[in-house]
Amino acid sequence: MARKVSTRRKLVMSAIAWTLGILIFFPILWTVLTSFKSEGDAIASPPVFLFFHWTTENYAEVQSRSDYVLHFWNSVVMSLGSTLLGLVIAIPAAWAMAFSPTRRTKDVLMWMLSTKMMPPVGALIPIYLIFRDVGLLDTRIGLVVVLTLINLPIIVWMLYTYFKEIPGEILEAARMDGASLAKEIVYVLTPMAIPGIASTLLLNIILAWNEAFWTLNLTTSKAAPLTTFIASYSSPEGLFYAKLSAASTMAIAPILILGWFSQKQLVRGLTFGAVK
Amino acid sequence: MTLKTILLGAVSALALSGIASAETLTIATVNNGDMIRMQKLTDDFKAKNPGIDVQWVTLEENVLRQRVTTDVATKSGQYDIMTIGIYEAPIWGKQGWLAPLDKLSADARYDANDLLPPIRSGLTVNGKLYAAPFYGESSMVMYRKDLFDKAGLKMPDAPTWTFIADAARKITDKSTETYGICLRGKAGWGENMAFLTATANSFGARWFDENWKPQFDQPEWKNTLDFYVKLMKDAGPPGASSNGFNENLALFQTGKCGMWIDATVAASFVTNPKESKVADKVGFALAPDNGLGKRGNWLWSWNLAIPAGSKKVEAAEKFIAWATSKDYLNLVAEKEGWANVPPGTRTSLYQNAEYQKAASFAKMTLDSINSADPKKPSVKPVPYEGVQYVAIPEFQGIGTAVGQQFSAALAGQVTVDQALQSAQQLTEREMKKAGYPKK
Repeated sequence: MARKVSTRRKLVMSAIAWTLGILIFFPILWTVLTSFKSEGDAIASPPVFLFFHWTTENYAEVQSRSDYVLHFWNSVVMSLGSTLLGLVIAIPAAWAMAFSPTRRTKDVLMWMLSTKMMPPVGALIPIYLIFRDVGLLDTRIGLVVVLTLINLPIIVWMLYTYFKEIPGEILEAARMDGASLAKEIVYVLTPMAIPGIASTLLLNIILAWNEAFWTLNLTTSKAAPLTTFIASYSSPEGLFYAKLSAASTMAIAPILILGWFSQKQLVRGLTFGAVK
Repeated sequence: MTLKTILLGAVSALALSGIASAETLTIATVNNGDMIRMQKLTDDFKAKNPGIDVQWVTLEENVLRQRVTTDVATKSGQYDIMTIGIYEAPIWGKQGWLAPLDKLSADARYDANDLLPPIRSGLTVNGKLYAAPFYGESSMVMYRKDLFDKAGLKMPDAPTWTFIADAARKITDKSTETYGICLRGKAGWGENMAFLTATANSFGARWFDENWKPQFDQPEWKNTLDFYVKLMKDAGPPGASSNGFNENLALFQTGKCGMWIDATVAASFVTNPKESKVADKVGFALAPDNGLGKRGNWLWSWNLAIPAGSKKVEAAEKFIAWATSKDYLNLVAEKEGWANVPPGTRTSLYQNAEYQKAASFAKMTLDSINSADPKKPSVKPVPYEGVQYVAIPEFQGIGTAVGQQFSAALAGQVTVDQALQSAQQLTEREMKKAGYPKK
């Protein structure tokens, strides 16, 4: 039975939630605002919030200097490609771990996660050399492969927790009806786990979209995604904050919009299984 | 934008890069004004060299350094031309990572003898030029003429540290957020250590003695750091230990600093009325000294180099010859005015009357660069090259670690003596690990 919550408590909780929300969102809002300022206004002290001379010259400058569409397309290919490839590998893996665990399943899961604990730069030179020798440097395929490998532990872990919530008896029933293993996974398990898979998909698209170590180090120009697009506007000698903000806004806008639209799905997926 | 247009754009971009791949030069560069201008003028090069296309990869300085180092060390050939600092050029040249620019040195039209001597010498290993300078800089004093007038002070062309310290304390008025002097405090080999190493040279200090023994336990370093920390406490802005070039630039442009000692490239920013509130009130002077024969100014240049084993050496040489030639300077002058010409690489530029007229800071820049000697940076003899750095591969790591100690001393977290002691210990340890002194 639900507890009774007093109006005051509700108000306090909402106030806290709103404050936290605004605090977290503020840096993004500030970036967007700065992108419409002149370089002079961008460093004004005290900072100006809304009442400055609005200009779109930074966007024009960024447009004229770099090929946004190419970077954008590379980001799309890389994040979608790596996530889909990851799912194809992770669904059977998570199925095996959730429905026919062995004595070592927990250890395998921990081991997979432990690969995320090493600083990525430790593996940079070996991976760079392998990529050089097989000709994968600055290619989209190379990026898809490396991002799949990096995000695979997270995909498997997320799917594993979702699958654990699905009663094994349903799968058994399917098996009794004569479904093969492949059919069981495709027609029975996957539809039931759709919310979980959807949130895994979305979260991993976001993770891949924002990945800024491997994407910067393994690409040059042809496969360079939006992270390198941002990096080209940062400068230690010279204040180009407004242009940098414009480039950042253009880079995060697609993923921000995607996040907005899929908010419900994301939250549902992330809390799925936590509360029953 | 519909999906169709996005797809179409991507496909056409792909097609374009495919067609031109036979002779496309991929050039890695940093994001600063002069490099961006070069990108915009690339059409002139293409018109003069049909069949060669140019693709730019612009990156933030630290990302660029990491990218090109990985690439050149693994001989991956992702870039045909790299923008590298004067710090890397001799180290990489010695390693055999760069193709020597013999053709340029021999070309009478290119006139390598016209390159400014300190910079040319910094890019030369065993008599071979390994990189061509695109733009060079030193450091100098930028000061607010109005604040100096108000305080009844007159800035000499070549001030001493004592004068700078006195003036800074006189100008400071914390009630109006006016600070006498803004100096770098943010830890990093290219941030506070660039400034402090150059300053230490003028105090007679050096990083290593002739036997590669670290010198932080010597009185010269203590004098340098004591002077710096006390001055910043009395006349510097709050939170100075996190200020780098950009933070100080913002402070100076918004009128909060009486003086700022930093890169000569800042001159064009602080005098630009679009960005700076104090554009018409800025004066320049040489970096200060202590009467020991060395000024506290540094020497830096961004240079174009070709990685060894590149398959497009010929085309790459053509591009470098174009970008670092006298003709390029004329081209920029014609299109964007003399004030926007990349400074600090050629003697002939400073003899040009039009340039002298357009750039009020021209003479100061030339004098500063010429007075910096990377082969003999400090008063006492040293076993290394480099003015505000030590040109050995280990320096990036050691310099940043020492920089963290000095930044902590500025923030008051440790005393000057503690900072110097830690710096001495960690430098001794790292140098021993790296096997110095090398035979």
